[in-house]
Amino acid sequence: MSPATSSTITLTVNGEKHTLAVDHRTTLLDALRERLGLTGSKKGCDQGQCGACTVLVDGRRTVSCLQLAVGAEGREVTTIEGVADGDRLHPVQQAFLDLDGYQCGYCTPGQICSAVAVIEEHAAGWPSVATGDVRPEAGAPELTAEEIRERMSGNLCRCGAYVSIVQAVARAADARTPGTEAEGATA
Amino acid sequence: MKEFDYRRADGVSGALALHGAAPEARFLGGGTNLVDLMKTGIERPSLLVDIRELPLDGIEATGDGGLRIGATATNSDTAAHPEVRRRYPALAQALLAGASGQLRNMATVGGNLLQRTRCGYFSDATGPCNKRVPGSGCPAIEGEHHNHAILGASAHCVATHPSDMAVALAAFDAVVAYETADGPDEMPLADLYPPVGDTPHVETALPAGALITSVTLPPAPVAAASRYRKVRERASFAFAIGSVAAALEVRDGTVHDVRLAFGAVAPRPWRAQTAEKALAGGPATAEAFAAAADAELAAAEPLPDNEYKVPLMRDLAVSVLTELAEEAGA
Repeated sequence: MSPATSSTITLTVNGEKHTLAVDHRTTLLDALRERLGLTGSKKGCDQGQCGACTVLVDGRRTVSCLQLAVGAEGREVTTIEGVADGDRLHPVQQAFLDLDGYQCGYCTPGQICSAVAVIEEHAAGWPSVATGDVRPEAGAPELTAEEIRERMSGNLCRCGAYVSIVQAVARAADARTPGTEAEGATA
Repeated sequence: MKEFDYRRADGVSGALALHGAAPEARFLGGGTNLVDLMKTGIERPSLLVDIRELPLDGIEATGDGGLRIGATATNSDTAAHPEVRRRYPALAQALLAGASGQLRNMATVGGNLLQRTRCGYFSDATGPCNKRVPGSGCPAIEGEHHNHAILGASAHCVATHPSDMAVALAAFDAVVAYETADGPDEMPLADLYPPVGDTPHVETALPAGALITSVTLPPAPVAAASRYRKVRERASFAFAIGSVAAALEVRDGTVHDVRLAFGAVAPRPWRAQTAEKALAGGPATAEAFAAAADAELAAAEPLPDNEYKVPLMRDLAVSVLTELAEEAGA
């Protein structure tokens, strides 16, 4: 096979299939924003450090700026445009609204996608570095403010809305109804 | 970014064949380091061989009581795995101390071992760096080096290995399994990173084109009482300026078994064997821990702006070992 620098791929985004030809250099973030018109995911640092581009890939939170679009073929991508249930906001979205979990809003789609996954990771019993005793016998950690701060550290907010973000994540976690686990977040 | 071909590997032998047929091919795991370096032109592969769908993501107990972790297991899955947390808690803690939740979901165990240094001069494609352009010089020695190596460096390179995970793996005598066109082979993690000397661009002892397939941890009862502690310049999502992985088993006030490894102070995860030997069979006291740490750090050759790492590592080792000793006595 001769080398190729582009491929025709099918991306599944928010349950919809899209077939498009992409240069292999295209990141998932650029494909979402520039090719599919899904501009909710934001480009902040473009090097995996700010979290503004966070989406869910097979239910796992991922920075879409370091994910090649061609590598996302065959995976289920969920963006901020797809986290609500029709007109009913996701509990994380509602909590961010109710508690002012943002100021300018640029980091908010990434914060919300990340928080959706944080709540599922915690529900699956995943420890964090804030947990201390990580042995399974120690039991699942409570989702304290310290745990939320640690687990959300991949999402920066230059406005400094962290106090409200932590409260919003805590409220959404409390509201989580059993049996709604995102795919893949089971350890 | 330079243009490149992309292929999904179908099996390990298929991956090796694809990689072997192209000049400048790279295996793509999570891509969290490789894709970033491609954006800045530091990595310029002609072909990416995507190995994420290879069946190398299992984590399973070995017959002798150890653990085998597949090369494409994500950092998240490895850290969350009950047997990792139960038998090697310092490994779970080290993984959880690295990067962010998003990056841990993407990053693989094999890729973590092969990630590149975060030295600012390595990352700046416009300037000299002996690791990037052999013979071009090391600006860090005269320049910005507050987070560079104090152990095992050379006059040609003072960069550190950035992995947290590898520090815990080093403490537990991990063995790295890999495959080449000639078949499977393995080497101790201790041999994976060769001495820097005048060849800092040679970062691993793997044969050309080798694909890491798994990492095996031999059985280590001492590891059940282990801890990873990381010091960094902000509370989360930052590379270490110093870290310690330690395990301790005390019997009748005497050190029965001890493991100690340092991170962020050397071009590789630094197994503190001098300290371990000093402690073996002796008293499990803060004084003994301090003397052992001093013995290890006697080999340190700090630069003007990273001298702080010597007392930092000493205090870190003493505090973690003392905690483990107190918990063993409780």
